[in-house]
Amino acid sequence: MKYPHDTFPGGLKLAGHKAISNQQTIQEAPLSKHFVLPLHQHIGEASLPNVEVGDKVLKGQKIASAQDYVSVPLHAPTSGTIIDISEQPIPHPSGLSAPCITLEADGKDEWINLDPVADFTTLSEHEIRQRIRDAGIVGLGGAGFPSFIKLNPHTHHHVETLIINGIECEPYITCDDMLMRERADKIIAGIVIIRRALRVKQCIIAIEDNKPEAATAMQQAIENRSDIGDTDVMVIPTRYPAGSEKQLVQAVTGKTVPSGGLPLDVSIVCHNVGTCYAIAQAIFHGEPLISRIVTVTGEAVDKPRNFETLIGTPINLLLEHCGSKLSEDDHLIMGGPMMGFELLRYDLPVIKTCNCVLTRISSSKPKPQPLPCIRCGDCAVACPVSLLPQQLYWYTRANDLEKARDYNLFDCIECGCCSYVCPSEIPLVQYFRYAKTEAMTIEAEKRKSEHARDRYDTRLARIALEKEEKAERQRQRKAALAASKKAAEAEKQAEQQDTPT
Amino acid sequence: MLIAILSFAALALILGLVLGFAAIYFKVEGDPVVEQIDKLLPQTQCGQCSFAGCRPYAEAIAANEVDINRCPPGGEATIHALADLLDREPVELDEECGVEAITTLAVIDEERCIGCTLCIQACPVDAILGAAKQMHTVISDECTGCDLCLEPCPVDCIDMVAEPLSTQNWGWQNPVLSQEPVP
Repeated sequence: MKYPHDTFPGGLKLAGHKAISNQQTIQEAPLSKHFVLPLHQHIGEASLPNVEVGDKVLKGQKIASAQDYVSVPLHAPTSGTIIDISEQPIPHPSGLSAPCITLEADGKDEWINLDPVADFTTLSEHEIRQRIRDAGIVGLGGAGFPSFIKLNPHTHHHVETLIINGIECEPYITCDDMLMRERADKIIAGIVIIRRALRVKQCIIAIEDNKPEAATAMQQAIENRSDIGDTDVMVIPTRYPAGSEKQLVQAVTGKTVPSGGLPLDVSIVCHNVGTCYAIAQAIFHGEPLISRIVTVTGEAVDKPRNFETLIGTPINLLLEHCGSKLSEDDHLIMGGPMMGFELLRYDLPVIKTCNCVLTRISSSKPKPQPLPCIRCGDCAVACPVSLLPQQLYWYTRANDLEKARDYNLFDCIECGCCSYVCPSEIPLVQYFRYAKTEAMTIEAEKRKSEHARDRYDTRLARIALEKEEKAERQRQRKAALAASKKAAEAEKQAEQQDTPT
Repeated sequence: MLIAILSFAALALILGLVLGFAAIYFKVEGDPVVEQIDKLLPQTQCGQCSFAGCRPYAEAIAANEVDINRCPPGGEATIHALADLLDREPVELDEECGVEAITTLAVIDEERCIGCTLCIQACPVDAILGAAKQMHTVISDECTGCDLCLEPCPVDCIDMVAEPLSTQNWGWQNPVLSQEPVP
């Protein structure tokens, strides 16, 4: 398929480092003894445990249910016993703990009874979405947004194009690449289901040109399938961050997603190839999302490769299996080198959104101190959203978040291109991350204070009403008393008149 | 000459009538400045400013009776916002009223609570739930951390605690704080 010429602005050409980890086939990760399963692995409300400590569970059994609309259930990755439900350290940039279910494996790996669908055309769109939700599927590209919602366009939106994201633009990561090479048929089967749920006419599978094997495999899989409809593979030039949803839409269709909007606003829905695979597993095999492909790579492992890993597996088990040479000072990163975050300990669990574990040997050079901004404008050229990072930087430094918002702070996708190109080594993206969370906190406080005012006013009104009612009651009592007195007097008078003197 | 005087007189009369009607028909209810000031105050209703709540303080500021630096929960940010709105000079927080501190939440030690309802009556936002001789509890989502329930409690069973840090309320640190100043 031809690649259109108008694409997203800026971006970077980065060294891929993909060959480090894509030379080996996908391997099953070893079965861990313990699994730590955070209840909040997706965007939205955390799931609510429906098991208790001591319960025996089977592989694939639901152990926590969705708590709200934007939420998905969680399933046991293997058979065993629930030994703990408590706060445990989770992979998160904060390094904090969060509620988790801990499962002790019994080693049998015994599946629960599954409910596969042989012919998915018998399912309605609603049933498809329900099954995908019940399988706990979230976007496996990184954000972890519940997938069933993205299969449910509102009535006033007509989805014209489905874009399947096989870009994987961050250096080092190869989990989608390997999945497309080895399991293209399953991905295509998932796409067929998504096409049915969304009723789209056109589907484009976008792959960067540094993954020719994956593109060939996907093309072959499309040709092998008769019910796929209008689906094409589009090979696009490698440029970071082409895998970011809005940039992908722009690269593939030339359309720009409006500020603060979604691809749905331009009649497009995007899904990651890993999500398509998980959807095929859920419908055709009845298997919930309990595993994903994780790339273990970087300088500090001997045998970098991709693992099919059960959710909840401790990262250090994967590292051991790859011949880890990590020492105290080295860095362990979840995600890619551009957008990933550093993990402060090795025993954290793999979660649904963990696509890569990157090890980096710490350099002997000290981290450079940022120098003053020289207003060179390189950041504005590199920004794929056409923002003005240096303006945002000044406003954030001055804590003028209102002004930063006027300069579309919230359209920043935190890709890190600006920090990468900055000759003064200013950690620009850190400023924007800070500014975004700070602006959101201030807004939440404002909402809270408004709510408090409402409650205060209601209380005052209630007290006033109570006072009035009390006064009214008193008045009525007095009136009644007066009336009865009057009546008694009148009776007395009448009696006096009746009795002759 | 006469025509000019008459025409201007007529014009003045008509415009005067229009303005007069506008003043009656488009009359602004309430004092918008008070509303705007009230919006900037944190609505803890704590009374540290020596007024009986945020709104009375807002009214006093609007009437130019007090300074804008009497709100410890709002702190520097509120002082700056008020200074911006009223075109006054920002001033330091009045120490008489208190110091700027992190927001806390009231927590009742349910073992010690005797169910006297005094704190319920003191709470300005109805954030305490309970009945006479029944244990009371704080609805933490509604608590503004005003401290007003501490004083009336006869058994000192209420503590003010900082909201625990979780992945939900955590935010990225300001890089300025972790770096040497840029000249």
